Amino acid sequence: MTDHPFPLHRHHSLAEAVAAAPRPLNVSRRAFLAGSAAALVVATALPTMGKAQAAPSAAPAVAAFLELHADGTATLQSPFIEGGQGIHSAMAQIVGEELDLDPALFTVVPAPAGGPYGIMGGMRLTGGSASTRVGYPFMRRLGAAARSLLVQAAAREWAVDAAELRTEPGEVVHAASGRRLSYGALAAAAMDLTVPETLPLKDEASFRWIRRPLPRYDVRAKSTGRQSYAIDVAVDAMLIAAVQHAPRLGLTPASIDNRAEIEAMRGVHSVHLLDGAIAVVADRFWQARAAAEAAQVHWEPGGQAEHPMPEDFSTSGWRETLRAADGPGVEIEAAGDVDNAFAAAETRLEAVYEAPFLLHGQLEPPSTLARFNDDGTLDLWLPCQAPEQYAGAAATIAGLSPENVRIHSQVLGGFFGRHFLYAHANPFRQAVPLAKAVGRPVKVMWTREEEFLRDTVRPFGLARFRGAVDANGPVALSIEVVGEGPTGRWYGAPAGADPSAHEGLSGKPYAIANRRLGHVPVQNPAEIGYWRSVGHSMHDFFYESFLDEMALAAGQDPLSLRRTLLAGQTRYLALLDAVAELSGGWRGAAYDHADGTTRARGVAMASPFGSEVATIAEVSVDRGRVKVHEIWVAIDPGQIVNPQTVVAQVQSAVALGVSQTLVEGLTYEQGEPTARNFDAYPILSPDEMPAVHVRILESGAPMGGVGEPGLPGVMPAITNALATLTGRRIRSLPLSAHDFN
Amino acid sequence: MQLTVNGTTREVDVDPETPLLWAIREELGLTGTKYGCGIGVCGACTVLIDGIATRSCVTPVDGLQGADITTIEAAEDTEIGRRVVEAWVSHQVPQCGYCQSGQVLAAVSLLNEVANPTDSDIDGAMTNLCRCGTYNTIRAAVRAAAEA
Repeated sequence: MTDHPFPLHRHHSLAEAVAAAPRPLNVSRRAFLAGSAAALVVATALPTMGKAQAAPSAAPAVAAFLELHADGTATLQSPFIEGGQGIHSAMAQIVGEELDLDPALFTVVPAPAGGPYGIMGGMRLTGGSASTRVGYPFMRRLGAAARSLLVQAAAREWAVDAAELRTEPGEVVHAASGRRLSYGALAAAAMDLTVPETLPLKDEASFRWIRRPLPRYDVRAKSTGRQSYAIDVAVDAMLIAAVQHAPRLGLTPASIDNRAEIEAMRGVHSVHLLDGAIAVVADRFWQARAAAEAAQVHWEPGGQAEHPMPEDFSTSGWRETLRAADGPGVEIEAAGDVDNAFAAAETRLEAVYEAPFLLHGQLEPPSTLARFNDDGTLDLWLPCQAPEQYAGAAATIAGLSPENVRIHSQVLGGFFGRHFLYAHANPFRQAVPLAKAVGRPVKVMWTREEEFLRDTVRPFGLARFRGAVDANGPVALSIEVVGEGPTGRWYGAPAGADPSAHEGLSGKPYAIANRRLGHVPVQNPAEIGYWRSVGHSMHDFFYESFLDEMALAAGQDPLSLRRTLLAGQTRYLALLDAVAELSGGWRGAAYDHADGTTRARGVAMASPFGSEVATIAEVSVDRGRVKVHEIWVAIDPGQIVNPQTVVAQVQSAVALGVSQTLVEGLTYEQGEPTARNFDAYPILSPDEMPAVHVRILESGAPMGGVGEPGLPGVMPAITNALATLTGRRIRSLPLSAHDFN
Repeated sequence: MQLTVNGTTREVDVDPETPLLWAIREELGLTGTKYGCGIGVCGACTVLIDGIATRSCVTPVDGLQGADITTIEAAEDTEIGRRVVEAWVSHQVPQCGYCQSGQVLAAVSLLNEVANPTDSDIDGAMTNLCRCGTYNTIRAAVRAAAEA
């Protein structure tokens, strides 16, 4: 098993699929190499999705997933959490197709922790752009199984052969006698029957709902304030807690100088010293917050942080540390003879690329409501991308078995990787001991400032490139990527087995005869995490930019060079054709636009999460400010479920890509982030959003991801366009840190 | 003190410097108004005060006695509000949805002021942040609501 311990990657095979019980992970342990890492191992074995015949063979546990109601509606337990990506609607769309029930009649709820919901080969999480592609074969079989039960029930009712029956949406029909029975009328009898071993699936050509732009079911609730999030949950007798975190991990509270004073503040119930934080429990959040902020805390070294933040840590120092780390590192990919190719080359070029720390910046600050019950169980309402992992960790903290912890996963007010299980970034670790201490339900709510202090960050990344070119293009490419990926941090993947540290530098499709990619591991003092598109969020920027540098050195047009390097690879060539056509035809040089601006275009490709993407950006510079006017994206996820959702996800991914290109970057000084809110850490504003044009190609390849793949091409398409426009090669982000005057 | 929210006047027992956001969420139990940044930057907490979009996280309740406060829960009580919500639904604007209460009310406020906003009007009024990047569909929905 050499693949990724996190289901983000495209090199999976069904043969690797391993059944294993869902197993909560203790992220404080390095489990990658241990035999106990069953959940990790199965995560590497994300099945190749897409073809129905690739579905698992065991009969789906219909009753655990699907409840059919007498009124003809259905409730579906989704293994995946909804956070705006439309996954609940997609699950209903897929199940409804095979069940022959209008997806609009489904209510989809997040499945509780445990049970048969580990459909990723025994485990599950919501991430890696994996939910639809993993869920697709399973949910089709689930729908087909339920339909089969309903047909059997009708056959019994009418004492006819099931083969004489067919279904129409919501009904079983016996054409010979003209009889019909609604699913609602059959539901109770059907659920007592046995799912047959063979489950024929629909011919894709007869799909009624899949591939249609069905509306997402939750948009009205979200347009009228009726959608509830974790921060909105309330239970009887609940108290609210606010925290003040230690300025750095590795510090913990020794005492509070003005404790008596804040204990006397209005509404305050009690004041608590926690691991790396103090908490104030009060009747109201505003009271708790005011008291927590007023607390004058004496911090001392200590606490449970596995990675204490050095008090002299700074971004600038970290940059120098990475630059100074010696290569060549652990070999990730190699072909040809790089050394000889460089020795023989006429033209050689070198560059160092870097990308900053980034915050998730989801608009909902994290919160958790914890309630201990009289029967010894614990209820947790929280935002979460991995319910079983949370249940396991919370059980450990509470001293309970995971079965006695109920995880109520709430609709996520944005996630982008924020709500995986991390060591210090999930407030349930505070809510559980507080609820225990005060003997009442406690909801911990982090302020934006406390969130920015404890959010896990997209790693600061750096890569060193050497290229050799001749008149035809690149002849050799050597890359050393320096740093640590989140999968190394949280799942213990060693260098060489951590694609999150190099994806986007690895897995590129270009035919370059002599090449080498090495990973130079350097452990990051900051708490790094998964950020939308993970390693691709920076590595494709590095690679596709340097590819343009090589094109320039070879005197080649960047688009033409890509075509040359992809000769014979029809899937990629089709994407380049599509994106060029979508943009109205490629322009390799700056041009004067009708609105008076001088604009230029850049192109980039990426192969993230099983999908393939080509992106073109068009930019201008006005009084020193970079303006991104247009982004065109051609995306080939192999096959799709809902085109409208695909377009929405690409729009969203592009927005995050433009955001990090233009304005985002977290800096540290003296061990602390210098930004604690959106005033000092800007994110993309509405007037900075480009027009986005999306074309979906369905090559028929195994189904790829959709939520993240639109992002990685954005940054290099923009910086490549800027290079054409200004002659300047940008090798670090954000652009707001560069002077274009 | 008394607050008039969505047409109902209620007594709230809070300190005068308490931001309106928390009075709405915690005293009145109206959770459609969201906390995002607490410093008036993101706009998730937007409500209407006398018809004008206002960031409630930095607006103390002190001085709001007698003001006509509208939260997202009552957005559809007006014709413009209904048009905006319908445009939001038909354009499938929300993704995670967390910012959208504020976005909807910012749009209502704009259309209260300007029946047919120009691009520049929209740029000036629709400044709330959306981390899902729904800005293009927001713009399209504002236009559709104006033309409905």
